[in-house]
Amino acid sequence: MHDIIIVGAGPAGMTATIYARRASKSVLVLEAVNYGGQILNTPDIENYPLEAHISGYDFSTKVYEQAKGLGAEFVFEKVTELREENGLKTVVTTKNTYSAKAVILATGSENRKLGIEDEDKLTGKGISYCATCDGNFYRNKTVAVVGGGNTALEDALYLSDIAKQVYLIHRRDSFRGEETTVTRLKEKTNVEFIYHSNVTKLIAEKRLKAIEVTNNQDGSVRTIELNGLFIAVGRVPENQNFAQLIKLDDAGYIVAGEDCHTSAEGIFTAGDNRTKMLRQLVTAAADGAMAATEAIKYLNNL
Amino acid sequence: MKIIEVNQGNFESEVLKSDIPVLADFNAEWCGPCKALRTMLQELAETNPEYKIVSINIDEEDELAEDYDVSSIPCLVVFRGGAEVKRSVGLISRDAITELMED
Repeated sequence: MHDIIIVGAGPAGMTATIYARRASKSVLVLEAVNYGGQILNTPDIENYPLEAHISGYDFSTKVYEQAKGLGAEFVFEKVTELREENGLKTVVTTKNTYSAKAVILATGSENRKLGIEDEDKLTGKGISYCATCDGNFYRNKTVAVVGGGNTALEDALYLSDIAKQVYLIHRRDSFRGEETTVTRLKEKTNVEFIYHSNVTKLIAEKRLKAIEVTNNQDGSVRTIELNGLFIAVGRVPENQNFAQLIKLDDAGYIVAGEDCHTSAEGIFTAGDNRTKMLRQLVTAAADGAMAATEAIKYLNNL
Repeated sequence: MKIIEVNQGNFESEVLKSDIPVLADFNAEWCGPCKALRTMLQELAETNPEYKIVSINIDEEDELAEDYDVSSIPCLVVFRGGAEVKRSVGLISRDAITELMED
């Protein structure tokens, strides 16, 4: 039995761990893949009040070592279920079952998929969800970006300096992302905007070689030959396994205010998987501090 | 065993002609998830002498990356008897790596 089980070892979960350990609570951190979370994909963090430049990997490794140094236990197993009975929380993973008096859910989010046939099979074979990670494989080649938010726009801009031709496919004709990025993209001679359109088919032999794009206004279909498809259609919170126990909003985020309390007593949330205004490294860390402080208060009142 | 750095020059002898199965890690210096994976691979290499783990830097060895159609990293490829038998793309857990290494 632990005082607190923290699900997820990203910046939110690890910050919560630090606060909880400093209050001498016993902490078990359960993480599906590896410490760090989404920030690992960021090569250069420039907006965290610490250093002018630090890589996501270096940042997470430092925080991990800080949390470990305070005596937290990390176990790398995927959580599949959360149960609550008479105040006792049971957390089930793919391998074991653990129990605690309080739980902090800091599971973050994952890339949203297009949900079309062969998408998973072709990931790494022409399909990517990270332009800054995989863009270099497409030097002087033809690529497309799908999406209309900031990530899609920034990906298209980044790729336009590497690839020969970039198609930006968007289901609407206006962008949610920043206007300045749109303007800069429009100045690029190798970027073509394809509005009111969805990617409806992936065409591949050994790897992706073309896509079918359907216009959602007139139904016309266009085939585009390409080498790479970058999918940037947002992220989805990883809360599905907790939906029976705690309240989620329509988009799947855990409904919680600044105090990080969920609808279930003794279960708290922190980071990107919570309903919030701004999802940044610094707000994830702030959530971690808040959730841990509230969990500590809860434990001390038991 | 330590992780062996592999390039065009020793790829054949270290990977294709290896007597034991090889786990090839395609990575790059600028790739954060690759570094996270590398830490796990290092520990696995030390505890699994029956397996050979090699590292291929895709920026320096772009021909090898192209030959094996690597277009997303981190990418782990398992070779047995000189042929690719399994592949995994993206950061995965230590258990998933171990699973990849099994028959």
